[in-house]
Amino acid sequence: MLRVRNLEVVYDDVMLVLRGVSVTVPPGGVVALLGANGAGKTTLLRAITGLLDVHDGEVTKGAVTLDDEPVHHLRPAALVRRGICQVMEARRIFAELTVEENLRIGGHTSPSRIKPRLDDVFDLFPVLEQRRRRTAGYLSGGEQQMLAIGRALMAEPRYLLLDEPSLGLAPRLVEQVREIIMAINKRGTGILLVEQNATMALSIAGHGYVLETGRVVLDKPAAQLLADDDIREFYLGLGRKSFRDVKHYRRRKRWLS
Amino acid sequence: MAELIEAVLRGLGTGSVYALLALGFVIIYKATRVISFAQPAFMLAGVTMVTYLVLEVSFWVAVPVAALLTGLLALGVERLAVRPMVGRPAFVVAIITLGVDVAVRVVVNAFIGLDVRNVLDPWGLRTVGIGGIDMQQRHLAAFLTTAALVAALFAFFRFTRMGLAMRAAAYDQEAALAQGVSVGTVFALSWGLAGALAAVAGTFAAAGSSVDAALWLIALTALPVIILGGLDSLPGAVVGGLAIGVLQELTATYQNHAPWLGGNVSVITPYVVMLLVLLVRPYGLFGTREVERV
Repeated sequence: MLRVRNLEVVYDDVMLVLRGVSVTVPPGGVVALLGANGAGKTTLLRAITGLLDVHDGEVTKGAVTLDDEPVHHLRPAALVRRGICQVMEARRIFAELTVEENLRIGGHTSPSRIKPRLDDVFDLFPVLEQRRRRTAGYLSGGEQQMLAIGRALMAEPRYLLLDEPSLGLAPRLVEQVREIIMAINKRGTGILLVEQNATMALSIAGHGYVLETGRVVLDKPAAQLLADDDIREFYLGLGRKSFRDVKHYRRRKRWLS
Repeated sequence: MAELIEAVLRGLGTGSVYALLALGFVIIYKATRVISFAQPAFMLAGVTMVTYLVLEVSFWVAVPVAALLTGLLALGVERLAVRPMVGRPAFVVAIITLGVDVAVRVVVNAFIGLDVRNVLDPWGLRTVGIGGIDMQQRHLAAFLTTAALVAALFAFFRFTRMGLAMRAAAYDQEAALAQGVSVGTVFALSWGLAGALAAVAGTFAAAGSSVDAALWLIALTALPVIILGGLDSLPGAVVGGLAIGVLQELTATYQNHAPWLGGNVSVITPYVVMLLVLLVRPYGLFGTREVERV
């Protein structure tokens, strides 16, 4: 069980970005984390994977626990060894290295297991095997995303945190990413999925959280979130009767001014 | 013709020393984004260790041991003086390395003292001749050693786990951290490598002559070298080093054709090259060109 309890994160000693966030990822479950830009989603992932230091951030209250062991003061390498891996936003692959070298870096913490893991990742992403000697920066966006996910899988994570895996991908590739996430989850890896594409995220998640300005404002099973009126309007773009209302309001305002 | 070839060969010999020093600068720069001005001190420390060690053991044992010890010294300096400054502006860290340089050299100078110290290398000023062209043995040795070290470094960065991690961290530190690479280890290793390379470079700089406190000035030539080769390029450091060495020797050989320049122009040629490179190609021959809108 990966658990975040009452987490408060401050950047540069002054900017309060998370104010008491509690999130639970059960082993083998899929949890979606929704929220607008700047809500604190990425910060939450950084806090869980120990990357706050790089950004001069600090956990000031609360805790992150992995099976009831507090882990928020550990270094990133120790967290990877304990089985928490993050696929960072915008993929962040090592563009100058080859595909295989990228994957090998993913297995940095468990050098003896690289060979079987590599075969495993190539099983899941046959396209990466075809391109294994290619410079990673020349892969297409979709292939780069698969490389980023494959790289994280090299460490055999028990919990995989994905930060906007559908970012900048065509709808068909988003569908593919969705299937990959489900396949990874099926092997028993718990997943925390941060997404702007709420439809996609909620379609695979068992539970969902909505983050707004550093607070969890909604916390419900995904099915209930999908039915929630606010979610339908603000995150799924459904439920608004007509766009004429909006236009009418804007026109009137312009006329008045 | 023989004169020209001999000058080029001499240049490759001295250039090898520059290349080794420049490699150290570039390795540290790539890993930490800081130019370490402590390299001259490590070179002097390394070569001084060799002068003491050769009194006890053979030259062939003394050099690797001194390189190892200098690497450890660099490691310690990194841990004590540089690591606490991680995350601070690069300029601050660069100034600290300048301070480290002075501090280490003061200590080393005390060990050098007033005597003439020798590395007791097996070559001296003897030459080997092929077809009427003479080459000093020490230059040949420097060139071959550099070639071997460059090949070893290439293999290290290409095939080993830590080498790969260093390349990844150089490209994107945060992403490397997220994969479980310990960036602290990468920093330490880069300083250690640079220190060891500087010790070897110092030994060859002193081969055939002697060690004194002014030897560190040779290490300054590595600055024009890394500007020419590109601050973040390992091949650039090697090519730049050899190029500067050859250019310097050519100038020394042919400067009597331009007597109005005065004597010893060869000493300043690297810096002239540096100024020209900075004017027309500031990222150097192989460096990453910065794409920026002004």
